[in-house]
Amino acid sequence: MFKSQLIAAAVVLAFAHPARAQESELSKIREEIKQLKEGYEKRIQTLEQRLSEAEAKAGKAESAATNAEQNAARAESATAAAVSARNGENAFNPAVSLILQGTYARDSQDPNTYHITGFFPSGGDVGPPKRSFGLGETELNVTANIDPYFRGVAIASLAPEGGVNVEEAYFQTLALPKGFTLKGGRFFSGIGYQNEIHQHAWDFQDAPLPYKAFLGGQLKQDGVQLKWVAPTDLLVELGAELSSGDQFPGNDRNKNGVGGSALLAHVGGDIGDSYAWRSGVSYLTTSPNDRSYQDIDSLGGAVSNSFSGRARIWVADGILKWAPHGNSRQNNFKLQGEYFRFTQDGTLTYNDAAGSGRFGSVTGPLNATQTGWYGQGVWQFAPTWRIGYRYDRLNYGSLNNGIVTSGIGPGAADFPLLLSHSPTRNTVMLDWNPTEFSRLRLQLAQDKSRLGLTDNQVLLQYVYSLGAHGAHKF
Amino acid sequence: MHTFRIVLILALSLSAGPAFTALNIFTCTPEWGALSKELAGDKANVYIATNALQDPHHVEARPSLIARARSADLVVCTGAQLEIGWLPLVMTQAGNSKIQVGQPGYFEASRLVNMLEVPSSVDRSQGDVHPGGNPHIHLDPRNISKIASALAERMAQLDSADADGYRGRAQKFLERWQQAITRWEKEAAPVKGMKVVVYHKNMTYLDAWLGIREVGEIEPKPGLPPTTAHLSELLGRLEKEPAKAVVRAAYNEPRAVEWLSQQARIPAVMLPFTVGGTDKAKDLFGLFDDTIERLVAVAK
Repeated sequence: MFKSQLIAAAVVLAFAHPARAQESELSKIREEIKQLKEGYEKRIQTLEQRLSEAEAKAGKAESAATNAEQNAARAESATAAAVSARNGENAFNPAVSLILQGTYARDSQDPNTYHITGFFPSGGDVGPPKRSFGLGETELNVTANIDPYFRGVAIASLAPEGGVNVEEAYFQTLALPKGFTLKGGRFFSGIGYQNEIHQHAWDFQDAPLPYKAFLGGQLKQDGVQLKWVAPTDLLVELGAELSSGDQFPGNDRNKNGVGGSALLAHVGGDIGDSYAWRSGVSYLTTSPNDRSYQDIDSLGGAVSNSFSGRARIWVADGILKWAPHGNSRQNNFKLQGEYFRFTQDGTLTYNDAAGSGRFGSVTGPLNATQTGWYGQGVWQFAPTWRIGYRYDRLNYGSLNNGIVTSGIGPGAADFPLLLSHSPTRNTVMLDWNPTEFSRLRLQLAQDKSRLGLTDNQVLLQYVYSLGAHGAHKF
Repeated sequence: MHTFRIVLILALSLSAGPAFTALNIFTCTPEWGALSKELAGDKANVYIATNALQDPHHVEARPSLIARARSADLVVCTGAQLEIGWLPLVMTQAGNSKIQVGQPGYFEASRLVNMLEVPSSVDRSQGDVHPGGNPHIHLDPRNISKIASALAERMAQLDSADADGYRGRAQKFLERWQQAITRWEKEAAPVKGMKVVVYHKNMTYLDAWLGIREVGEIEPKPGLPPTTAHLSELLGRLEKEPAKAVVRAAYNEPRAVEWLSQQARIPAVMLPFTVGGTDKAKDLFGLFDDTIERLVAVAK
């Protein structure tokens, strides 16, 4: 094709010469064309040869390029593997993180004698941190997907005095249909709002008073939890928990069957770009048997009291968060509150045999309805600074102690921990969070948990988080 | 136990809701929302979890996100630990097996592109570094092309009845996108080699694509808020090696940028960063149109 086109071009060029040429000139031209033609043919042949040679070379170059590409790809995948250590023995290591905590505390009252007058001691670690320097709980958190169906979480806290407590250790399903999730093992109960949040992520160093009085600080369940999320745009979350009921308001009663159960319902959503909210109602019921606490009678002798019967808690919770256009980086505000209603129906047994021995063992009916609530607001006024205020209050309500009202045995003065008292507390805090992994906090509180005593507390706290980036609950 | 049973019955009866034929797509950020809309057309309900004024590093697992993830058939997110602070929680709380890691309903865009700034070692003393590399991949439109093809294929896999529809829409989108890239590259010729100060390392892919040179960051380390010491040091550096502009994303706070802009007498430029960041950035095309327009305006 190429050749014939060139010839044609030459011919056209030739005929473009002046048309008025004479006969002799015409033959000359014919001769010239012939020569041209021959010349072109030769040049075309050499060109063709060069072309085929070049093509062969290009082919080689191309295959070289593919080789290079393959090498590059290999190198790339090698670096990728090196970076993520995907092929190593440790490739399936779970996400591990560690929380470091500590305090410096100054209390006007002895933290070792802390109690909440008017309320059954909840047995939890609810007192303020020890005076002077003190180490908080060091928390080790290990999490990973177990297989396509389950996820495992273990959170151990290393107590400063030694020993390890299992905070949470549970499996959670990943593959149940229709919005269901089943959790089993030990987990923080889903009742209320703050209960599920780990202590290091709280906005104040300690738990609100109703948590301290009614849930031993934080309710851990050994059992199972089934949760269901509705297929709606508004979050509707319903849950049920069955547990051993070992922890206050229950107790370990060495009995077959379910020791405690809870029901929870939460709804939540957004209001425009800037607000997000969640609120809910929860119910907890358990039947403690010989749940005991120690007290001192009016003569100073040791008394052991124990309650058997039914304990129920209703919790209403609500949280509202604000951030301009949802961007919480600069400023945000968080308003949080919970209301608790705690009822107990059963019998109380008073026993001073180990102390003054005045009455021995006395049993009478006990009916109590007590409430408590707290409200708190935390304002992030600069990217790394937050200030917060919390008010909490417990209402003594009605506590009918049949032993006292019958008037035949121990009197009110022999139950000093149950004397009529409605504790209150005011707390302010200021914290500095240079990054989301570190927090330094100053907290001041005026605590009237104890009848007739005001405890002024000054607290400096640090919280650091190492390792895997944990996701925080809303 | 009785109440427990009632809850179960209630839950089961409520969950048998109407069956939707369209795909429910949960996207983490507006760029993936916009891309999903391009590829799925009206065949999907696309939910976008965050907006352009939200710092993508600071998102909370809001109740509304859990509710939306519950019904999602497909989650489209960046990955590379951009959503590490909230997405894992949403995924474990939503009770949706379809969107778990490793399922077809979980799509990570960063898997498809060459990651830049992959750290050779990771340590939090370097600030908020991402072990997988810089996660702000969408500002190189060539990455969008790669992601679009893979995402359309994923949608076709999940909604096989309309597989050809997704592929067809992807092809049309990619043709328009390729033409747009050629146009943007031509339009952005003046910004090549331009030196800028950025707020955060969130323009890396844009700058690598257009040949813009970053000479400093407002943040002392990735994710840390600006400090006066760092800003004055930066100002000192700019006196020796002047930059053309200070660039921030719509979600970055403006104060430090404006301060530096006044002190160094160079213009401050706000870029939409993602769809919805400015009025003109209504879709992915608008995002790059507006970004380039704003950059070219200061390059002269």
